[in-house]
Amino acid sequence: MNNNLLKVSLSPHISGKGSVKSIMYGVIIALMPAFIAGLYFFGIGALRVTLTAVVACVLFEYVIQKYLLKVESTISDGSAIITGLLLAYNVPSNLPPNIIILGSLVAIGIAKMSFGGLGNNPFNPALVGRVFLLISFPVDMTSWPKPILTRASAIDAVTAATPLAIVKEGLAGGTPYSKLLTQIPSYWDLFIGNVGGCIGEVSALALIIGLFYMLYKKIITWHIPVSMTGSIFIFTGIMCLINPQSNADPFFHILTGGVLLGAIFMATDMVTSPMTPKGMLIFGSAIGILTVIIRVFGAYPEGVSFSILIMNAFVPLINKFCKPKRFGEIIK
Amino acid sequence: MSKGLKTFPVGGVHSCDNKLSASKQIESVALPTIVSIPLSQHIGAPAMPIVKPLDKVKVGQLIAKASGFVSANIHSSVSGTVKKIDDVPDSCGYKRPAVIIDVEGDIWEENIDRTDSLLKEIIFDQKSIIEKIQAAGIVGLGGATFPTHVKLSVPKGKTCEYLLINGVECEPYLTSDHRLMLEKTEEIFVGIIIVMKALGVPKAIIGIENNKKDAIDKMSAISNNYKGISVQALKVQYPQGGEKQLAKALINREIPAPPGLPIDVGCVIQNVGTIYAIYEAVQKNKPLIERVVTITGKSIKKPSNFLARIGTPISILIQATGGLPEDTGKIISGGPMMGKAINTTDIPVSKGTSGILVLPEELSNRKNANNCILCAKCVSVCPLGLEPYLLSKLSLKSLFDKAENEQVVNCIECGCCSYNCPAKIPLLDFIRLAKTTVMKNIRNRVK
Repeated sequence: MNNNLLKVSLSPHISGKGSVKSIMYGVIIALMPAFIAGLYFFGIGALRVTLTAVVACVLFEYVIQKYLLKVESTISDGSAIITGLLLAYNVPSNLPPNIIILGSLVAIGIAKMSFGGLGNNPFNPALVGRVFLLISFPVDMTSWPKPILTRASAIDAVTAATPLAIVKEGLAGGTPYSKLLTQIPSYWDLFIGNVGGCIGEVSALALIIGLFYMLYKKIITWHIPVSMTGSIFIFTGIMCLINPQSNADPFFHILTGGVLLGAIFMATDMVTSPMTPKGMLIFGSAIGILTVIIRVFGAYPEGVSFSILIMNAFVPLINKFCKPKRFGEIIK
Repeated sequence: MSKGLKTFPVGGVHSCDNKLSASKQIESVALPTIVSIPLSQHIGAPAMPIVKPLDKVKVGQLIAKASGFVSANIHSSVSGTVKKIDDVPDSCGYKRPAVIIDVEGDIWEENIDRTDSLLKEIIFDQKSIIEKIQAAGIVGLGGATFPTHVKLSVPKGKTCEYLLINGVECEPYLTSDHRLMLEKTEEIFVGIIIVMKALGVPKAIIGIENNKKDAIDKMSAISNNYKGISVQALKVQYPQGGEKQLAKALINREIPAPPGLPIDVGCVIQNVGTIYAIYEAVQKNKPLIERVVTITGKSIKKPSNFLARIGTPISILIQATGGLPEDTGKIISGGPMMGKAINTTDIPVSKGTSGILVLPEELSNRKNANNCILCAKCVSVCPLGLEPYLLSKLSLKSLFDKAENEQVVNCIECGCCSYNCPAKIPLLDFIRLAKTTVMKNIRNRVK
């Protein structure tokens, strides 16, 4: 043996099994139940939108890295696939392809690559894409097809307002909440996802399966999902207790709109969320409170996307003030 | 043994155990023909040689004297003729002075008791115990190699309430402490009694990780015969063998940041290997001239635990396990988490050599690093509550003052952050750079 061939490096000399790739593909697996639910309730439209978004995101990342930045492509790490999936989950299943492609370009090109790619983006790319589309194409982005099960016939693709919009308009018009309850789907339908809405957000059940998978695989911790849904529950619960006729109840708020999709998959995005459990709790609770404020007092019936993006901007500040407890520090 | 497994609450990883040599009895190896005994095998000033070329030496004869309080005596581990005093490479890759001796026969100093008989009765008082330990050149054998007599001299104004015995051996692969606990159980207990007497403490707790059940059982059974000594089983969690983590796990006290020492929270911590050396020094007059070294690795034919004389080239030990495998890419002195990669098998066994790990080529290369995805996995495993991602970023930007504010000097270099990083960023490399720079800055400021 030639001694000169021995390698030297600093310790540690072994490394753990996890990799960026395994984390990203873990998230993709966790997103699959929601995809299946989307297919079940919205049919071929969901498949078309999701495929378009994923292919567009991966392609944009590849083209930008190869021809614009001239760096090695990182599409194999799976993060562009997640951005595509999350963007698709946040739009209606009848969105025209050109709008989806434009949204993908904004998500990957502006929100991700212009900041330096994976790990450097301050805002969640899929949400930036989504909010861009929401503001630019408000009509296309807010006309949701009814789920297949509740359509009169297979070709009937009429659109319906989401439960959130029905309640918001109704309450604004002075209708008491107890009456509005008859106009919206049952809580069971809301739980399994048999309701109009964006592709990936409708089925609470499918999203929760994904949550448990990610908790089991230790990809995320409980802090953000629990604090975000918890603060929404408490905030709306208090309002409901004060005035039950002009406020929706907390279960309704959690099961509708993008709360669960946001709490489980968007707010927990590693890159754009705080580093310590304490920071995560603050981050999650603040998103919850902002969401309720936008939903109840704002112009939009839904506020999850905006709340997460707003709190993304606070992450560096949260990281600065929420340090882990240093070992050996004297507690005063 | 108290019920339930204790551990430290913050950070840590559970890496692979790979204790391949756990069932292998400690064997002695044939004497080498030549040994090189380094003069600096401890933290502190190198020892001053007191022999010259062509001097005849016996096993156990003092060949270099401690050059200060924080320093340690060095004894000849063989008998023969001093060849020369010359620089030889040590495990850090630097050439450092060593006494090189041609081995002739195996003649020991007459006052050393070489029998296996167990001597329980302790006839020495506090002062002479510490003197004997100092004379025998004993240093911490867990790897830190801090002179033991310094640790046992409790500074004025501090009191020691607990003696904590480190039988954790949390590094994967290494088994030298494990074997000692199984094979020299009673001797270790007598050694503990000696140290308790030296410190004047009534209580000693032995911490052993739960992957060494046989050692826990054996030590627990015998602990009933010794007043004040208890055995505590610990959950397997690296880096529990670190002083700070062990004190937290065993007595739930936090040793403060440097320059804080275990004595600041009322405890002294000793490794079981050191305890055995103390037993031999005090009861048998035997200076520290040999130690147990684990030679291991998945490609090694016969992973073994050897009782090796200090100064033996590690190539001889590797040869005794069936030779260096063809596909060897890296040889590590110590364990895989904190050990040092060495570039030659010519380095001698020193007091701090707990094991030699041989890794095949495919495990010798680092993986390519990705961008940091801020997953916080380094923060969650840091047992000191630091933020490795931030420290490494500050280090890369040479913002050392900021790194100092983030308490980079607290880092114990356990390697959990680099180990756990999914992006395979060598975080600890950068943190070490910041730590040494900050420590230098602090020293300059004091001047």
